[in-house]
Amino acid sequence: MLQDRYTLAFREYPYRRSVDQDLPSPVRHPVVIVGGGPVGMTAALDLGLKGVPVLVLDDHEGIGMGSRAICIAKRTLEISDRLGCGTALVERGVVWNLGKVFHRDRKVFEFNLLPEEGHRYPAFINLQQPYFEKVLVDRIRAAQADGAPIEIRGRNRVDGVQMEDGGVILEVTTPDGPYAVAADWVVACDGAGSPMRTALGLEFDGRVFEDSFLIADVRMKADFPTERRFWFDPPFKSGSSALLHKQPDDVWRLDFQIGWHVDREKELRDENVRARIEEMLGPEIPYEVVWKSIYTFQCRRMTAFRNGRVLFAGDSAHQVSPFGARGANSGVQDADNLAWKLEMVIRGLAPDTLLDSYASEREFGADENILNSTRATDFITPKSDTSKLFRDAVLDLSERYAFARPLVNSGRLSVPCTYDGSPLNGPDALPGGPDRSRPGSPCPDAPLDGGFLLGRLGGTFRLLTIDAEAPPEVSADGIDVPRLALSAALDPSGALADRYLGKARSAVYLLRPDQHVAARWESYDEDAVLTAIRGATGRH
Amino acid sequence: MQDLILTPNIDGPDDFYAELIAAHDGLSKEESDAFNARLILILANHIGDRAALSAALAAAKLSQEDTTACPD
Ligand SMILES: Cc1cc2nc3c(=O)[nH]c(=O)nc-3n(C[C@H](O)[C@H](O)[C@H](O)COP(=O)(O)OP(=O)(O)OC[C@H]3O[C@@H](n4cnc5c(N)ncnc54)[C@H](O)[C@@H]3O)c2cc1C
Repeated sequence: MLQDRYTLAFREYPYRRSVDQDLPSPVRHPVVIVGGGPVGMTAALDLGLKGVPVLVLDDHEGIGMGSRAICIAKRTLEISDRLGCGTALVERGVVWNLGKVFHRDRKVFEFNLLPEEGHRYPAFINLQQPYFEKVLVDRIRAAQADGAPIEIRGRNRVDGVQMEDGGVILEVTTPDGPYAVAADWVVACDGAGSPMRTALGLEFDGRVFEDSFLIADVRMKADFPTERRFWFDPPFKSGSSALLHKQPDDVWRLDFQIGWHVDREKELRDENVRARIEEMLGPEIPYEVVWKSIYTFQCRRMTAFRNGRVLFAGDSAHQVSPFGARGANSGVQDADNLAWKLEMVIRGLAPDTLLDSYASEREFGADENILNSTRATDFITPKSDTSKLFRDAVLDLSERYAFARPLVNSGRLSVPCTYDGSPLNGPDALPGGPDRSRPGSPCPDAPLDGGFLLGRLGGTFRLLTIDAEAPPEVSADGIDVPRLALSAALDPSGALADRYLGKARSAVYLLRPDQHVAARWESYDEDAVLTAIRGATGRH
Repeated sequence: MQDLILTPNIDGPDDFYAELIAAHDGLSKEESDAFNARLILILANHIGDRAALSAALAAAKLSQEDTTACPD
């Protein structure tokens, strides 16, 4: 039976019978996305904007309510900007850059995530996940109105999958009964419990952390600053660690570490949640609880993100602890990495093996995220007496000595992965070039003509030249690569030169459609560029 | 990188040893453990060199295969 597993915040795609359901044999779609969470919707939007027909099947009729992600990282905003909804997110969210860490009642550490000027987007915004998803769906609606071939089918639950020669058959359950959908390619964005992964019998191994956290989102008028505050052993006895973080509309996220062996039902009782909150806020501040839940977590990933014609993205492929906000943010990077590759393969512009690089690059990214989030989790919830001993030693020392502060780990916040060693990377032939824009890196933003660089790159391959000659467009086997000609002089702040030239006097960058650097040189050489374009599209 | 020093390097070894033990005087087992952890972190930061620190971690294991130990 079709039953909601969660309450809806926005009923955006009510069930409608599709003509596909009345046809005798399954209708074939180039791309079917299973799951309309933030990752599935980002992938759908990206593919649709590229003109690739895409069908989203989601088992609910809209966006789920409830507190999950709140921290949206700069890279997600930049990707959203490329997809036309970066501004909408920033307008809706709360901008923050500053984090403070306390041990008992003393501040031991402070970090500013973006001390650098010259970026269009801030290091982070906070926005409740349902609003993030709403912005994506609104953007999809606008794109559809402009002709983007995206279709969303609500209350279409995928219950079975069969791999066929050259395609995939999905068994779908609807309120009108079952039907089958055929697909050339399937992107499985069906979340951590991924029925697709289970149906295909694929492994999902990793570590379970033995601790639980209680989330209380409260609405209150409070003049706490817009910064992330984290306490180890807080002076108020609400948990062994605690987090306070601002969200839009006067809502604050409170998050308490409450231990592994807890009685969930009891902990979630109104009076018990209120006791923890009031311990923290004091008795005077009036507040209203808008959400409460208990979560536990695991750090794990699939061995391979590609299984023939099924590609896994987001929580279905990897799961991390929330410390570091690497869940949804990394899933959006999966979508960003996958969309252009799938488009090229579908259009016959690249061999199917290009999709293997989706798997290898994003598995690499997932390992980095799991490493960071595991380390943060080990610090926050030490798993042995010795681990706790050193954790406490770091905290005690950090109150007095600066050296210990960088060891304090309350979560290393999400930054995009640099695909070092990727098979798609071409030469790094820019002597003196900055490390941060080496092949594999996401392009750093820079101010430009009153605007910003990333907004000028778009979502296709690009040849970026800085004080270097090159033809206006290069073409390799049907792939057209337009040039963006810049001069370091265009940015008086020097950021462009600093981020792309380093000690070099000129530079030629080949950029991928996901705005990662594919290769770079000091000057233009046609053969080298053509070879790099072939390499970046999986033709070696 | 500087190699990990595993030959005598402390002036007045007996004095140092006495000072180390004395620092634990009057501490409970728990306080001593915490003290040791803080001390390790302070010394590690002073050394700084990542390779030397890794070599020290390996040396402290006293494993048989350890080749850094000097024979005499
Ligand atoms: C407490 C908490 C705090 C977090 N904080 C952050 C944060 O600050 N920043 C961050 O980046 N991440 C955070 N995360 C992680 C983030 O919530 C997830 O990484 C994110 O939701 C993953 O998105 P997704 O699209 O992959 O999966 P999901 O959001 O789980 O979406 C999966 C979708 O697939 C649908 N579906 C499932 N099965 C089927 C089926 N059989 N057929 C059709 N549809 C199906 C589901 O209904 C759902 O719509 C947090 C998580 C938690 C629990």
